[in-house]
Amino acid sequence: MTRPPLKLTDRIARALPQIVVAPSFAAILFFVYGFIIWTGYISLTKSKMLPNYNLIGFRPYERLFQMDRWSVALENLFVFGFLFIFAAIVIGCLLAILLDQKIRAEGFIRTIYLYPMAISFIITGTAWKWIMNPSLGLETVVRGWGWESFSFGWTNSETMAVYALVMAAVWQSAGFVMALFLSALRSVDQDIIKAASLDGASPWRIYIRIILPSMRPVFMSAVVILAHLAIKSFDLVVALTGGGPGYASTLPANFMYEMTFRRNEIGVGAASAMVMLATVAAIMVPYLYSELRGKKHV
Amino acid sequence: MKTISLSLVSALALSATFMATPSLANPKAEVLHYWTSGGEAAAVKSLQEAFAARGGEWVDAPVAGGGGDAQAAVLRARVLAGDPPAAVQIKGPNIQEWAEAGALADLSSVASAQNWDAVLPAAIQDIVKYEGNYVAVPVNVHRVDWIWANPEVLAKVGATVPTTWDEFNATADKLLAAGIIPLAHGGQPWQDATVFETVVLGIGGVDFYRKALVDLDMDALGSDTMVKVFDQMRKMRGYVDPDFPGRDWNLATAMVMRGEAAMQIMGDWAKGEFAAAGKVPGKDYICASTPSENGYLLNSDSFAMFEVSGEDNKQGQALLAELILGTEFQETFNLLKGSIPARTDVPRGKFDDCAIKSMDDMVSAAEGGTLLGSMAHEIAQSGAVRGAFIDVATAHFNSDMSSEEAVSKLVDAIKLAQ
Amino acid sequence: MSEQTTFVPAQTRSAVWMRLLLWAVLIVFAIWFLLPAYVVVGTSLKELEEIRGGSLLSLPHELNFWAWKHAWSEACIGVTCNGLEPYFWNSVKMAIPAVTLSTLLGALTGYALTKWQFKGANMVFALILFGCFVPFQVVILPMAQTLGIIGITNTVYGLILVHSVYGLAFTTLFFRNYYVTIPDELVRAATIDGAGFFTIFRRIILPLSPPIIVVSVIWQFTQIWNDFLFGASFTTGGAQPIMVAMNNLVNTTTGVKQYNVDMAAALITAAPTIFVYIVAGRYFVRGLTAGSVKG
Repeated sequence: MTRPPLKLTDRIARALPQIVVAPSFAAILFFVYGFIIWTGYISLTKSKMLPNYNLIGFRPYERLFQMDRWSVALENLFVFGFLFIFAAIVIGCLLAILLDQKIRAEGFIRTIYLYPMAISFIITGTAWKWIMNPSLGLETVVRGWGWESFSFGWTNSETMAVYALVMAAVWQSAGFVMALFLSALRSVDQDIIKAASLDGASPWRIYIRIILPSMRPVFMSAVVILAHLAIKSFDLVVALTGGGPGYASTLPANFMYEMTFRRNEIGVGAASAMVMLATVAAIMVPYLYSELRGKKHV
Repeated sequence: MKTISLSLVSALALSATFMATPSLANPKAEVLHYWTSGGEAAAVKSLQEAFAARGGEWVDAPVAGGGGDAQAAVLRARVLAGDPPAAVQIKGPNIQEWAEAGALADLSSVASAQNWDAVLPAAIQDIVKYEGNYVAVPVNVHRVDWIWANPEVLAKVGATVPTTWDEFNATADKLLAAGIIPLAHGGQPWQDATVFETVVLGIGGVDFYRKALVDLDMDALGSDTMVKVFDQMRKMRGYVDPDFPGRDWNLATAMVMRGEAAMQIMGDWAKGEFAAAGKVPGKDYICASTPSENGYLLNSDSFAMFEVSGEDNKQGQALLAELILGTEFQETFNLLKGSIPARTDVPRGKFDDCAIKSMDDMVSAAEGGTLLGSMAHEIAQSGAVRGAFIDVATAHFNSDMSSEEAVSKLVDAIKLAQ
Repeated sequence: MSEQTTFVPAQTRSAVWMRLLLWAVLIVFAIWFLLPAYVVVGTSLKELEEIRGGSLLSLPHELNFWAWKHAWSEACIGVTCNGLEPYFWNSVKMAIPAVTLSTLLGALTGYALTKWQFKGANMVFALILFGCFVPFQVVILPMAQTLGIIGITNTVYGLILVHSVYGLAFTTLFFRNYYVTIPDELVRAATIDGAGFFTIFRRIILPLSPPIIVVSVIWQFTQIWNDFLFGASFTTGGAQPIMVAMNNLVNTTTGVKQYNVDMAAALITAAPTIFVYIVAGRYFVRGLTAGSVKG
């Protein structure tokens, strides 16, 4: 209170961090939150072919939840999202631990594990579709080797198609998770490990008790990245199953696209987008809150 | 002779419009389409060449994917940005909806100069006109209700192409018993819907098709006839091999070609696949209409002309419209595409037997009132309603839902979509 | 650096078996990861007849690079028949500025949020982070209107803007998590010496940043190069990025499919990102390592 008034240049200097953050933050406010508000508004209108700004209340939401296709899509998202994040983390973590055992040719193997992340599903989708096709792909080959009961027709089954999506999605992301964990393993404080192994702790105990718990921030990055991939999964479905058989493997992003652009139901499409965003918020906000509060920097 | 005089007239008509609006601008048109690859791209290229030959500057905007799914997004983005392309490949009731939104240009002057009313069948005119004015230009007619059959395979069980659905089922059962896949099919929603609508047409008849799929009559949709339709669909499901889900239509066609399967129900673009493999119609494969009372399910591609600014764009639009419906382009294009011309006065000499049959059938169907728009291919219904039909047809086909349940779901879904 | 985390195996038989098991698991996963690549490469080298007739998983009879050449320089995409080559350069022109811009902004934002903790910095970060989760399908329509109003619809600038904005959430996440691990003392000492915001960034922070810059660049490059939706929606014709052109090349509604050309086109399209992952992959892991030193 008693400080002398600052000079303008000083004030600018002091506010510089905020000034630097401002353009990025403003862009996010407009292009993310502004657009969410726009979508929210449109979801309360009778927009069909083009956006229409006359409010009609919650009718689009009522219609949305009467649609069988939407309940299937929403349910798929939960099954897919949970299994995908879980499997990618487990496999990624496993591969990271294995690769951390002084493997010759580590760089080579790592590249093999990592490359799927570089490629879009628009490209690998067809290959997966063929591999999973019972008469063209893996099933025929393996049966040819003599394993007659081998069955891999996941994409052809109403109940299994979602798991086919999970498998392909894990294929794409597991290597990336592996890289995240591998890097984290490499940066664990070596002295603690040495001390523990001198105390006679077994390697597994060390991993489970010391190393993995120290990798919390990496889990956060991994969960954020995988969750964003899950909620945005779109190409994957288009390329692999086309949402089929029937619409058994459709996901919300595909539903939203179909309604907005194909069925001239922009209002319902916007409503589905809002439900998707609300779902993400319901899961991510508490998580981010618990991760970000209380700690000094984090 | 007729062609020459027609184009002379049009040249005069156009030069008249040029004089009315003195401008040195060159005709220019941006064309948004999803015919981006292979034979389809070659077909579009023939249009671009004709356009360029008349001094037009063609701005190509190809966006492929999912039979126009991606393009539908692009078009909305462009319209909302206030920068629509001059000509856009859209079809069926979508044309009406865009016209209702006030986005389409009026083509009356070109249409009257070219005498479109005289050369286009009424069914096509209905599609491309809005409130009596032309707003789009039809390119072709694809017939949907075809059976593509491998005669050798059918001969193995002593059968020919079925002409009734009972015969179809009998033949299919025999084929099954002989260890041959009766029906090559790809389990994608639009393919399921294609089979569905031919069954509606065959089992229910022309009037039922019109009531249920075109007029959306709730009584027809919930009727016992519709139950029978789904019963037949359940039988059809038994005639496809277990690997059908997600299969592309052309892979199903290849199964017929290789003799793994006997028949496929698919529109006449399947012909292109046979032609590419060097197969001859009548000998290596047979094209026959699916069993019905002279019904004809029509699918027509067209270019809608959007309201654009600038004299060069407007002139480009007019020129493009004239060329698309010109006899010359209609012939070249449809030979490349496997369809038949939208206008009825194109010389038939170069078309194959299947195309000739399609032309004859279309004329007689139009006379007999049995010419119907395809639901699966967005002529009878657009957007939401078509989607509702497809959802139920595909959900029924890919599960063990009962016919009664499918009918009640259909009624609910159509009500919800309206 | 991997010296100590491994556990010296006792010279026992079981250790040898463990080693074999380890390799077996690694190899099984390697096969799984390589399978689609094998199918894509194999198909691209086959002739169309061979694909129509044979198993998709069989080896090609002979190496045939026709499809590659065709896809690169001859195939028709729409009405032009120059293959993918011109579109390749479109993508380069779009990707380089967009990657640079989003990385730079992410670095500055991450730096300001961690080293110059101001009130609400965490809130700002959380709000930015939520931007990761907006499905791109949702933003097409409002974005189209916005670009139309700014007047950069249908230009490469529009795409650069879009990719920079939606990449920002990720680059900020990367840089923030990295800068959190740089000791504050470094910055504090420099402040006492009278260095300002940008001086510290340039002199102290940037020299420490290469590992995370690599991560950010790889991530952004991959995302932007592989984007189809924005590219298709906000550009047309000759200005389209390669992903859209590739999609145009391989998609046909009612035409004949040339699977070998499709696969070759897919490989050409994916080549730059694969190349980046192979060459920079090691730095990628290193960058992540440096960025995740303890919480």
